[in-house]
Formats: sequence, C-alpha cells, structure tokens
Amino acid sequence: MAILINENTKVLIQGITGSFGGRHAKLSLDYGTKVVAGVTPGKGGQTFEDVVPVFDTVDQAVAESGATVSAIFVPPPFAADAILEGVDAGLDLVVCITEGIPVIDMMRVRAAMEGSKTRLIGPNCPGLVTPGTGEDSHGGCRIGIAPGYIHKKGNVGVVSRSGTLTYEAVHQLTELGIGQSTCVGIGGDPINGTSHLDILKMFNEDPETEAIIMIGEIGGTAEEEAAAWAAEHCKKPIAGFIAGATAPPGRRMGHAGAIVSGGKGTAAAKIEALKAAGIAVAETPSTMGKTLAAML
Amino acid sequence: MNIHEFQAKELFEKFGVPTPAGKVASTPEEAQAAAEALGGQGVVVKAQVHAGGRGKGTFKNGFQGGVHLVSSAEEAGEIAGKMIGQTLVTHQTGEEGKLVRQVLIAKSVDIDHEHYLSILIDRETNQPVIIASREGGVNIEDVAENTPEKIHNEFIHPTLGLQGYQTRKLAAKLGLTGKKPRAFGKLLASLYKLFIESDCSMVEINPLVETPDGDILALDAKFNFDDNALYRQPQIEALRDPEEEDPREVAAAKFDLNYIGLDGNIACLVNGAGLAMATMDIINHYGGEPANFLDVGGGATKEQVTNAFKIITGDPNVKGILVNIFGGIMDCDVIAHGIVAATKEVGLKIPLIVRLEGNNVAAGKETLANGGVDLIAADNLDDAAQKAVAAIAA
Repeated sequence: MAILINENTKVLIQGITGSFGGRHAKLSLDYGTKVVAGVTPGKGGQTFEDVVPVFDTVDQAVAESGATVSAIFVPPPFAADAILEGVDAGLDLVVCITEGIPVIDMMRVRAAMEGSKTRLIGPNCPGLVTPGTGEDSHGGCRIGIAPGYIHKKGNVGVVSRSGTLTYEAVHQLTELGIGQSTCVGIGGDPINGTSHLDILKMFNEDPETEAIIMIGEIGGTAEEEAAAWAAEHCKKPIAGFIAGATAPPGRRMGHAGAIVSGGKGTAAAKIEALKAAGIAVAETPSTMGKTLAAML
Repeated sequence: MNIHEFQAKELFEKFGVPTPAGKVASTPEEAQAAAEALGGQGVVVKAQVHAGGRGKGTFKNGFQGGVHLVSSAEEAGEIAGKMIGQTLVTHQTGEEGKLVRQVLIAKSVDIDHEHYLSILIDRETNQPVIIASREGGVNIEDVAENTPEKIHNEFIHPTLGLQGYQTRKLAAKLGLTGKKPRAFGKLLASLYKLFIESDCSMVEINPLVETPDGDILALDAKFNFDDNALYRQPQIEALRDPEEEDPREVAAAKFDLNYIGLDGNIACLVNGAGLAMATMDIINHYGGEPANFLDVGGGATKEQVTNAFKIITGDPNVKGILVNIFGGIMDCDVIAHGIVAATKEVGLKIPLIVRLEGNNVAAGKETLANGGVDLIAADNLDDAAQKAVAAIAA
C-alpha cells in the first residue's frame, strides 16, 4: 500500500532536460521508478536517456503517457507556473523540489489550488520514496532527490521538513533492520502544499504503516498542530525529533521557514507539544531510529 | 534582508505612504544644510544603524542617545558631528556596537495618538495579514500578551488583494474619526501595494501617528524582505548595506554558502539545513558551544568546501571543527577533496573531527587518509559530537 505513491506510479519530470532534473530523473530510472515522460518547453520531441519521451507541455505529456504524478525541477522564477501547469493537467500529485521560490508566489499558488484535485508536496523538499523489494530497495518509487539505496522496504512512515535529516533517520532505521513504508519530505518553506498533519493522517489510514517518525524544526506551529491531532486520533506509535534548539531567534536557518519570531516556533515549545501528545522525542538526532525501535 | 530607516523613508515616499519630511546626511555640514531646509527648529537627528533602541543607546565617545530633538540647524550639525564616525551601543547591537556613518534629519511632528500597524505573511492561513492596534509606540508583543483584545487582525485574499471595506473596518477599530479614516485608507492601500510589489516578508510601522492637524503619518518603519525574491527586486537588493552585516556572512554569501555566525567555539560544516541545525543541537547536548550554522548545500563543489573552511577558521573563537556530511546524492569524495585542499591551504592548527556517511563514502575516507590530513574520524553523529567536545576540552 504505502501512501501517495507505489511501484506502479507513473511519473513525469518537469525540467527533465536541465542538469539537476536530468541527473535525478536518471537516478529514479536506475531505482526502477516508472518515469514515463519529461516536460521542457521547446524541447518536445526529444528523448531522454533513449527511453523517456519529452513534451512541450504537461497537458501533452499526461495525454500521451498516462502520468499521474509530476516532479518539478525548474528554476525558482518559473516554478509557480510549473506547479499551476501540473494542477491544470489534473495530476493527482505534484512534487516541487525547487528551492528559493518567492513566498508571495507560493501564497498565490495555494489560493489558486483551492478546490482542485491535485495535492502539492513541497516546494524546497527532497520529495518522497516508497522503497521497493529489490537489493538496496530497488524497484520502488523514488520522486525527487533522496538517495534511494539507503532505504529498505518495511512498515515505518517517515515525515520531515528537512532532506538530510530524513536521510539520517532512514539510514538509522535501515541500519537497525527496520524498513519504511513511505518517506516524505514536505519541504522547508513557510508556505508549502502538504503539512506534517496531512501526512500523519495518511500514515494513520495506511494498513502497511505500523509506526511513524515525525521530524520537525523551528518556525511556525505545524508540528504542534500535528501533535495535537495525533494525541486524539493516531492509532500508531510516533517517534519525533525537533531541530533548531540552539538557533538564535530572528535568524533564518537555511530553510526559509526555519525562523523563530516573536517567541513563536521555538524548539522547546514544539518538543513540549510532542511530548504532551505521547510522542517519544529523540534527545539527539542520532537516536531517532533507536527511539522508534524502542516503541515497536 | 534589512534596510536603514532613511531607505525605508525613501520607499514610503516612492509609494505614497505619508511620512515626515527628512533627508539623510553623511557629514555635519550636510546635516546642517538638511536641517536648514526643514526650517531649522523642530528637527530630529537620528543615527542610522540596523538596530533598535537607538534613543536609549550610548556612543563609545560617551555621547548619550542616538536620537536628538534640536532647536536650530547649527545644533543639528553639531549633534551630527558627535554621531557620525562614532560607535553606538544599544541593547540590540551587543557590546561591540555599530559604527554610525549617516544620520537622518527629519521634521519632528506633534502627536495626538500613537498606533501600531504591520503587514506580514501568515504561514498558518497562507495569506497576508494586517495587524493594527491603538496601543502603538510600545512593544507590541507585550500588548499581544497582556491585552490581546486590543490587537486587530485583518486577512487579505492573496489574489483579490486589500478591499476598501477592510481599511474602513480597521480605521473604525483604531477609533479614527472625521477625515482620518479616509487618510488611513489611502495610507494602508499604499503600504499594501509597497508590501506586495517589493516582496516584503514584513513591514512594521510603530508608531503610526495621528497629528493635531488630522494627518496620519508613519513615524518609523522596520522592513524585512523575502530573500528568495531578491532576484526580481534589484532596487531592493541595491539597498543592502554590507557594512551592517557580519563580514563572515557576507563572505559566505559570495560562495553560495548558508552561514550564520554564533558565539561558540566549535565550528560546523554540514550539508543540509536541517542536519546543520541538528548538528548544532547535538554539540550543545554534549556540553559544547557551536560557533556557527553552515549548510554547504546538496551539491557543494570542492571550491565551496575550501572556502567554507577558510570562513570558519577565520573566526578567532573557533577551537575545533566538526564536519558532518550525509552524502545522500552528494559524493563524499568531493567533500574529502575539499577538506584536503582546504587544510593544505589554511594550515590547520586545531582539531578536526570528520563524520562522512553515504554516497561513495569509501573513496572519501581513502582520500582523507592519503591526503595527509590530521583528523579525528567519527563513526556517526553521536560519536562526532562527543569527540569534538572532548577535543577542544583537551
């Protein structure tokens, strides 16, 4: 089952002919993911890596290939347009990897997406992976930039704002022999398409997911909202970690969303909210896997 | 990104947000001439630095206060002479203070009432919100804490924009009467336009004042701009004052490195913002103090790693370095080559702890071993943090 994507998901890549998009499209193909189309305006008719047809528009790509999910690798000035193009084409899921999109653009995109059937993950995210059953989890669905080989098929769902912290958690789980159902990076921007809470709800409903790791960081109150919901409704054990306890207030810590302002969004407040909801909070980032293992 | 008060004033003038007349000056002579042009008396001299608390600050030459009301143009020049070229210490600058290179000469105004007004992007509802209060001229966080009913929020539809009824509603909540609601409506519409068209992440006017003549004026302003949007805001980017920024951060920005200086003594070099924060946290957990946040990004080159090393070792407080790389896609060997090149160039004299994990890690470790770098290898993040804290204690 997993959530959002599985080994049969047909994926298209917006920005497949760029160096960043091309590199990761190739890695996804190598992982066994069904990358069925690429889109780059003006490059329609080309073929990527001798197997993936390239189209000028998402509309054409969807009609020809039957793709239901898109990964976006286009530069920030064009990313909002690329997301809306995916929404217009009726995709189920748009995963925006692009980092550095102006927040006002994202605000308008969110407003324009009201009432559409498309779910957005990101922007500024590593994407998502549903591991496969082959060697080094080969044969799964990898959308975005995560290293596929660190995964292992199994029953733990992982959700995080940060890419490298997700990899750290996944690596720790795999080292402990614990596999994952789906690993989702929701992105580090202040306005994004999918929240911790949205993903927790999906994991809660997913029969294949038996436990959850939720990784948060300073800024905003999304982790608190997810924790409050989990306390009432989540049937599965959750381990958590919050990054940024040592971050100085008022400074943007790499991620545009990681900023403590006016005393809101502190790590201390988030850790307290997680603990109050019965979530086991790892004391350090090196014990995320162990903390979860202790709950199984 | 932040800007100076006089630059905020120029933006207000450009967009039609009413503000008292004023001019920036870099010398006492210019200050005197600017004051003369404003009529001489009833003029305020304000030191220009990126820090709050200027009025109550002290200059290192002993002169008290970074904001002075003067009664003649000569006095304006005299006061400016005591500020320009001097270092002002306020509760926000730290002990080292900030060098004042310019002063703002502004017309002082009579005040009937002080309000608070700001616009920012609300990340819970994904739309702009206008925050207004009759309790201006004071710390707004205190008002929100003690009397939340005195704070009024008005959410703006991201694509419709600010509507007329919203400005009337806020004017009524602020208790404005007579011709003032109309003046406030005009000011707010201009301010909203400025906010959107300049890609602000926050603009705050505190205080917004009512004058006895019935005018509504922005007396002070604080701006924050969305760094992601600066590529399309060249006129805003041009307002950047590198002299006001941490020189280490300015150097890092040149090489596309995400660096924030802190007060500790263990420097960190990490890939990924989340992992970089978590690395600071784990150093702290084991009793150490991180000297910086540094994210070299997911696709760092050898040159970037070398330059990152130069920046972190340029901080005299740094007693040890912790490199924490989880090379998911990033090649660990690239990082290793960067470390070898950097240590050769910089001539490292402090302990270096390296934790490499992930893609091509075997080659990376071999490169480090063959590169003649004197380092302490760590097996995992936990091990790395403990070794770093122990190394600088030794």
